[in-house]
Amino acid sequence: MSGMSDALPAHLQAPPTLRLRALVAGPLLFPLLLLLLLLMAITATAVGAAGIPIERLPAALGLAHPIDAAMTERDRLVLLSVRLPRIAVAVIIGALLASSGAIMQGLFRNPLADPALVGVSSGGALAAAATIVIGDRLTAQTLPFAILPLAAFAGSLMTTALLQRLATHGRTTSIAVFLLAGLAIAALAGAGIGLLVFVADDRQLRDITFWMLGSLGGATWEKAALIAPFLAALFAAIPFIGRGLDVLVLGESEAFHMGVAVERLKRIAIVLIVAMTGAAVAFAGVVGFVGIVVPHLLRLVIGPGHRRLLPASALFGATLLLAADTAARTIAAPAEMPIGVLTALFGAPFFLVLLLRQRGLAGL
Amino acid sequence: MNAIDVERLSVRVGRKALLDDVSFAVTSGETIAIIGPNGAGKSTLLRALSGEIAPSDGTVRLRGRAPQAWHPRELALRRAVLSQHVTVTFPFTVAEVVRMGAGERRGAAVDIMAEAALAAVDLAGFEPRIINTLSGGEQQRVHFARVMLQLACGEETHGPGILLLDEPTASLDLRHQLDLVSVAKQCAARGTTTIAIVHDLNLAALLAKRVIVLDRGRLAADGAPTATITDDTLARVFAVSSAVGRLPEPATPFVLPHHAEKHSA
Repeated sequence: MSGMSDALPAHLQAPPTLRLRALVAGPLLFPLLLLLLLLMAITATAVGAAGIPIERLPAALGLAHPIDAAMTERDRLVLLSVRLPRIAVAVIIGALLASSGAIMQGLFRNPLADPALVGVSSGGALAAAATIVIGDRLTAQTLPFAILPLAAFAGSLMTTALLQRLATHGRTTSIAVFLLAGLAIAALAGAGIGLLVFVADDRQLRDITFWMLGSLGGATWEKAALIAPFLAALFAAIPFIGRGLDVLVLGESEAFHMGVAVERLKRIAIVLIVAMTGAAVAFAGVVGFVGIVVPHLLRLVIGPGHRRLLPASALFGATLLLAADTAARTIAAPAEMPIGVLTALFGAPFFLVLLLRQRGLAGL
Repeated sequence: MNAIDVERLSVRVGRKALLDDVSFAVTSGETIAIIGPNGAGKSTLLRALSGEIAPSDGTVRLRGRAPQAWHPRELALRRAVLSQHVTVTFPFTVAEVVRMGAGERRGAAVDIMAEAALAAVDLAGFEPRIINTLSGGEQQRVHFARVMLQLACGEETHGPGILLLDEPTASLDLRHQLDLVSVAKQCAARGTTTIAIVHDLNLAALLAKRVIVLDRGRLAADGAPTATITDDTLARVFAVSSAVGRLPEPATPFVLPHHAEKHSA
C-alpha cells in the first residue's frame, strides 16, 4: 500500500484523516482498545462510595511505599474484596454480552439480532424469577442465593434447546424460524415473569427486579472465576468460527460452496451464544443493548470481518459495561441504579440514531 | 475418469418431481450450457451437482464420488459455484468478498490471484469499495471474481476443477456478457469443466459446444448447439414458433424472435 501511495499524485492520496482512520482500524486497534479498558478500570477503582483517589492507588496495590499505613490498609481491603472483583465481573460480562451479540448477528445475517431479542436472556430471567417465587413457596424458607445463577443458566439453556428443536427440520436448522420462534418465546417469558411479579411478595419482587433490570452488585472473585472460562471458550473458538461467520454473510448455500461445514458452524455458534449469554444472565440479570451497540459501532470503524470483530467486541464491550457499572453505582450513591436500565437508557436512543443514519446505506 | 456422472437422477419435493430420471456424463474440460423454460429444473440440477441437495433417486458423482461423500472443504477445492442472487448484509469491501474464495489461504500469491480475478471481470481498482454500494451487475461480477479465485486456488493443488454457473450473465450488459464468455473459455482451455445455466439461447450457442435442454424435469435434448437449438426445440420446449437462423464457420445457431405469437402445441 505504501509503495502505491508513493506513486500516486498528491491529490489522489488518502487525506491524513483517512490515514489516521486506517491506522486506528488496523494495527493500532487492539492496543487502543486495551488502553481504553485500562483507563476505564483505573477510573472505576478511583470512584465510588468508598473512593480511592488515584494518588493512593499505587500504595493500595502494593506498588509503592504506604504513607499512611491505616489508610492504605483500608484502601487495600476495599480494593481487593469489593472494587477489583466487581471490575473483573463487569469486564467479563461486558465482553460476553458484546461478543455473543456479534456472533448472533453473524449467524442471523442481521445487525439487529441480539440474545436478549430471541428470548435466551428472558428465558434465564424467567427461570430465576420462578425459582425465587415458587422455590420460596415449596420450601417455606428463603433459598440460598447461589441457586439462582444456576437456575438462570439452566433457563437460558432450556430456552435455546427448545428453539433449536423448533427450528430444526431433519438435519438443517432454519435461522429464520429460530429468530421468529425466539421472538414468541421472549414474549412468553415476559408474560411468565409478569405473572410471577403479580403473585410475588415485596422481598421476592426486589429479587425478581434484580434479574429483570440487571445488576452487578454483590460481585465476588468466585463469581468472576466462574464466568471467566466462558470468555476463554470464546477466544479459543474464534479461529474456528471467524472465517465461517464471514462467509455465512453471503448465505448458507454460498458458505457451503466455499467449503464451510455450515450445520456444524451453526451448532458451535449457538452453543457459544447460549453459554456466554447464560453465564452473563446468571450473574448480572438481563442487560440489554451492549450486544447490539458494541458490534455495530465497531463494524463502522474496522469493518465486519469476524476474526477482528469478535475480540474487538469483547474488549470494547468490557470497557462499555465497566463504564455503565461505574455510572450505575455513583449516579445515585449510596443507592445503585440497575445497570440494565442504564444501558437501555443510553443504548436505545443511540441505536436509533445509528439506525436512522445507516438506513439508506444498509438497505434495512 | 469423467468429471461428472449423472445417472437416473431424480429429485422430488413431496410428490412433485423437480428432476425425473436425468442421465448424462461430462468429460473433463467440457463446457456445457443448460437451457430450458422457467421451472424446467435447471437450478435444481445445478444444486444437485454442487452437493447442496441429495438425489431422491439415482446418483450424482463428481470425479467418481458423490458430493456428499466429500468434506465441504475438500469439495470446495474441486468445484466452485456462482449462484444467481447473492446478497451481502454486512459492509464487506470488494477485496474482502473476493478473498473469501481463497478460504483460509493468505499471502502474496493470493493477493496476485485476487487482483487478476478482479481485473478479469473489469473491476480493477474496486478493491476498497463496499460491495453493497455497487450496482447489481457489478456485484455479480465481484461474485464471479470470488468464484474464479476459489477455482484458481483449488486448481493449483488439485488439478482442473469443475465450475457451476447459475445464470452468470443475468444482470450483465452486453460487453460484460461477452467478457464472461471469454473468461469461461479461458478456463475451459486450461481444462476446467464448466456447466452454465443460460437463458439467452444465442449466448448458450456462443459459450458451449454442447447444450442440454431440460423440460419439466426431464432431459429433452443433449448435443451440439446446431442439434439442440432447433425450430423443433423452440416449439416443443419453449412454446415459441420462430425460425432458428445459422451463422457459418463455426456453424452456430441464432434465434431472433420477430413476433410474440404463442406456438399452438
